[in-house]
Amino acid sequence: MSAAVTRNAGRRAILPHWATLPVVFGGIIVLLWVVVGITIPLWTPYDPTMLAGGRFQPPNASHWLGTDALGRDVLTRTLYGVRHSLPIAALVIFCAVLIGGTLGAIAGFVGGLVDSIIMRLVDVTLSFPPILLAMAVTAALGPGLGNAAIAMVIVWWPIYARLMRAQVLSVREREHVEAAIAAGATRPRVLTKHILPLCWSPIIVNATMDFGQVVLLAASLSFIGLGAVPPTPEWGQMISDGALHFYRWWIAAGPGIAILSIVLGFNFLGDGLRDFLDPRSK
Amino acid sequence: MTTYIVRRLIAMPLLLLGVITVAFLLTYFTAADPLTSIIGERQMNNPAVVEAARERWGLDRSLPERYLIYLGNLVTGDMGTSFRTRQPVAQDLMVRLPATLELVIAAMFLGTIFGVVLGVLAARFRDGPIDNIARLFALVGASAPVFWSGLLVLFIFSVQLGWLPGPGRIDTRAVAPPFVTGFYTVDALLAGDWAGFRSVLMHLVLPASVLGWTVTGIVSRMVRASMLDVLSQEYILAARAKGAGPLRVLIHHALRNAMLPTLTILGFSFAYLITGAILTETIFSWPGIGSYAVAAARGLDHPAIVGVTIVGGAAFLISNLLTDIAYALVDPRVKLSQQESS
Repeated sequence: MSAAVTRNAGRRAILPHWATLPVVFGGIIVLLWVVVGITIPLWTPYDPTMLAGGRFQPPNASHWLGTDALGRDVLTRTLYGVRHSLPIAALVIFCAVLIGGTLGAIAGFVGGLVDSIIMRLVDVTLSFPPILLAMAVTAALGPGLGNAAIAMVIVWWPIYARLMRAQVLSVREREHVEAAIAAGATRPRVLTKHILPLCWSPIIVNATMDFGQVVLLAASLSFIGLGAVPPTPEWGQMISDGALHFYRWWIAAGPGIAILSIVLGFNFLGDGLRDFLDPRSK
Repeated sequence: MTTYIVRRLIAMPLLLLGVITVAFLLTYFTAADPLTSIIGERQMNNPAVVEAARERWGLDRSLPERYLIYLGNLVTGDMGTSFRTRQPVAQDLMVRLPATLELVIAAMFLGTIFGVVLGVLAARFRDGPIDNIARLFALVGASAPVFWSGLLVLFIFSVQLGWLPGPGRIDTRAVAPPFVTGFYTVDALLAGDWAGFRSVLMHLVLPASVLGWTVTGIVSRMVRASMLDVLSQEYILAARAKGAGPLRVLIHHALRNAMLPTLTILGFSFAYLITGAILTETIFSWPGIGSYAVAAARGLDHPAIVGVTIVGGAAFLISNLLTDIAYALVDPRVKLSQQESS
């Protein structure tokens, strides 16, 4: 115990105390992928959808991760894949937080019948295994990355609605809110100026932790054939290609490692943040 | 406590009705015309065929009418007929359920054993290299997409090393054991077929390991946390003072008490496994409900999608309910009112 205390004290001198090894490690992985996503066209010799060489070439000097069934460079396609995964994950999380947060705040603040209706909707949505609901919604809307994104928002918004409602309920009881009401602030003003600003931190942490899960689910939907359509260089779609040419392991290796690394990065981030926020799990 | 459990039990049928309604509505608001997947693209130009199919499959009726008919049939165990297999959906699901259960139970078994061992080691050697390795192993398991790790282990252990058989529940040339329970392991044993039992078991190893790995992390973190809680208590010190060996203290005194909270997350991990099973079954050509769901979603087979979504939702609901009840029973400190959503 004392060793841990001194070690923490030593670290605090150099880095802020939330910057544990997992958080830094996860952050670096995610940052690297963001940089790759932005700068990728500047430094790859190949185009993700164009033929770059012979078909089914195993990894070699000019194609580090080999080529696929159509002779496209696997490494190039893998790196371009982040341009689909990260923006979609960001969009899904943003919409889920926006929709779920708004409805949760209304439910918690207004209460009564409105609260009941919103929360029953939350209960029912959360009663489905996420992937099954996402599959059913995507199948209904028709395959495609956009529809898969809508499906994932439908899967994720209730989580944020619950979180936000619980936050609003607890903040609503604080004295400064009472003071604001006594001073004559209108209800919308109380909610937006006095309650909501204090509700965000757990939601932001949760969103970070969910990022990896969204990347994973998006890839899963594409793997099943409900997300990205060929020739989009999307990771799940590429692994599904690789499964067809099973003995050419390298076709699936690139996107597989890509998903693993990015989800691992977000999980490290989330795990570290949770340790910091919830000392019991440490 | 009792009121909490009773309230949860009362809410169950209502939630189930909600699940059924949502699943049913989803396929009504579909973009693609289900007729296309019934009679095929070419026949769509033939008005007589279209009209006949519309009537045959009840697609000419109004939404409330179809909903009520569906509910009425569901009560009698009728989930409609699959567009794809032309079999009753309920029958399709019943045939495939044992395969999925066998896989999920095997995965839960492996995942729990590994999780407990890792968790105990991590707690015993807290903050040491073993703790960190256990944490990394668990995190990788939760982060790796099963549809890729499945491919990878198949390639390594089946193709390259030849240690384990490839996809499927049984050798392609072998005959399935006579149907009793639908669990091939049990059925092979009941038939006294040892070679068959061995083959079935070998086929289970890879998919169950890949699937089980996804929950190792959840279990090991829970075991680690509750072991640390228990190890800091005075009776552990007392046991040590009385001269109990370190292993005996760890297993007999600590783990026994640490397991109780761990049991509560088995339900939670079950929910995880349902999700993972859908993808694992697809990779391992496992003839279960997961691969059925994928085939139904790909083929826009609406009755099958609705059926499988309802069954998955029901399984999910029940496992969540059991988890919450177990949690409430085990840890009275939990404020039950806070767990409620209303």
